[in-house]
Amino acid sequence: MSIEYGEAQLLPGEKIAITTDTATEPFWKKAKERKLTACRCASCGHFRMPPTPYCPECQSREMSWPDLPGTATVFSFAICTRSPYSGEPLIYVPVVVDLDGAPGARLVSNLIGIKAEDVEIGMKVTVDWNPIQDDWLLPIFRPV
Amino acid sequence: MVWVNQDKCAIVGVGATDYYVRGHSHPRTINDMVGEAILKACDDAGISVKQIDGFAYYSGAQMGYGDKADTASLMEMLGIPEVTFSAALTSGGGGAAGAVGLATAAIMNGDATHVVTVMALQQYRQRLGTVFGASAPSPENSFLQPSGLVGPGHLMSVLARRHMHLYGTTRDAFAEIVISQRENAANREGAMRRTPLTKEEYFASPMLADPLCRLDFCLETDGAVAWVTTTTDRAKDLKQKPVLIHGAAHGGQREWGRAFAWMGMPDPHFGSSGHKPIGDRLWEMSGRKPADMDVALIYDHFSAMVLMQLEDYGFCEKGEGGPFVESGAIRYNGGSIPVNTHGGQLSEAYIIGATHTREAVEQLRGVATNQVNDAEFALVTGGPASLPVSGCILRRA
Ligand SMILES: [Zn+2]
Repeated sequence: MSIEYGEAQLLPGEKIAITTDTATEPFWKKAKERKLTACRCASCGHFRMPPTPYCPECQSREMSWPDLPGTATVFSFAICTRSPYSGEPLIYVPVVVDLDGAPGARLVSNLIGIKAEDVEIGMKVTVDWNPIQDDWLLPIFRPV
Repeated sequence: MVWVNQDKCAIVGVGATDYYVRGHSHPRTINDMVGEAILKACDDAGISVKQIDGFAYYSGAQMGYGDKADTASLMEMLGIPEVTFSAALTSGGGGAAGAVGLATAAIMNGDATHVVTVMALQQYRQRLGTVFGASAPSPENSFLQPSGLVGPGHLMSVLARRHMHLYGTTRDAFAEIVISQRENAANREGAMRRTPLTKEEYFASPMLADPLCRLDFCLETDGAVAWVTTTTDRAKDLKQKPVLIHGAAHGGQREWGRAFAWMGMPDPHFGSSGHKPIGDRLWEMSGRKPADMDVALIYDHFSAMVLMQLEDYGFCEKGEGGPFVESGAIRYNGGSIPVNTHGGQLSEAYIIGATHTREAVEQLRGVATNQVNDAEFALVTGGPASLPVSGCILRRA
């Protein structure tokens, strides 16, 4: 039984806010330059997201922020039917993606540019950017 | 190795307010409802509230997600003369079934003699269903909230999807969980949803976060539930037949961690309930096995998470939860392990897991609405959520 939802919509950026701290700010600063990164331990190379002050593998506090290719694989997703802001009908697709070039690091994001009913686990996607409050850019994804 | 405190403590009294549709408990206050549940639990046990000297909460002593129980305020309100233990399991509803372990720790350590556990929920100002969307984003949830996953149901739909992908689970399994629990609520006085549900009606329910529809989401209700724990020795002099605490465990593994608030869980943890380590410990500490359980009160904030807990506790193999429930195994009538015989949080009421302990006590006293014949062992679980998650085995005296 398949439900026809239609096009996955972009969430309104003017409604979306984020905050940062010392550990997470480099991610968002790179995003502002339209560069996708992930927190990598500068000692042992282990990736972790969201960024935290310590590497869970070796407890180092040294971080690096490599430029990632910006592509990813859909690990799982939902199809939501109501705007989180107004409660009005709105089709949008939250996705959990595995980031290429950053094994073990995931991002929780949105997928656009596809009919919601056509989204599949395992599909390749590439990053795009949604302008949100306070001049930040939020990484979102489109099918490759 | 059998748990050193096995059967040494017992739940001796349980009390609850009426259950209300979300917001309808207003103008009662949360303390009013907490007080009623505690006084009724003491009365049920046959003790004076003045004998209470300990509090073992879960969910960090939060009552829902905006109110908080404060031991000092409860002492002042109820006239409790002295408290010698006051503590809570951390995080949220994951600890619902583990609080009896905290009470046991207090009592067996000699810290307290009569310990209350209480939970109350009043959704007057803030709906729980959209709680994450309403809060200002922290640096941590700035990696979650902008995706529009604004409520627990949205978050858990992503886990359900992975389970369906890996194991071929279908919505028919979720339907069976919802329909069977609704059937159990039909004769349950005070239950919110008592009208039997057909499969057609289930599939006509609007999708809120595909693959979950509205009927997969638990109720949004108000109310309070409390219970009193003491030693099994002291219980002999009290009013009710005691319900023994046979095993209790809380915690969990890093691979589950913050769970759907994190979304970093590797397979097979992602499409699970995070309860496998709890189940393993419970079976080891009790020397029991899933087949010994007569009834299971499985935390059902969302139907799909019931299925994953049944797997994690070993009632069926990992990935076999769909065919298992679809076989009728969890039905009160004829199932091998009747689940949520009170209708659960999907159909009776949702008080962050506390209604499950109440039902377990009724089953093991032999007075449940849908009494399982000769029930000796009940499994109760806390909510799949950020750690700790928890479970306990209760036993008829
Ligand atoms: Zn490291």
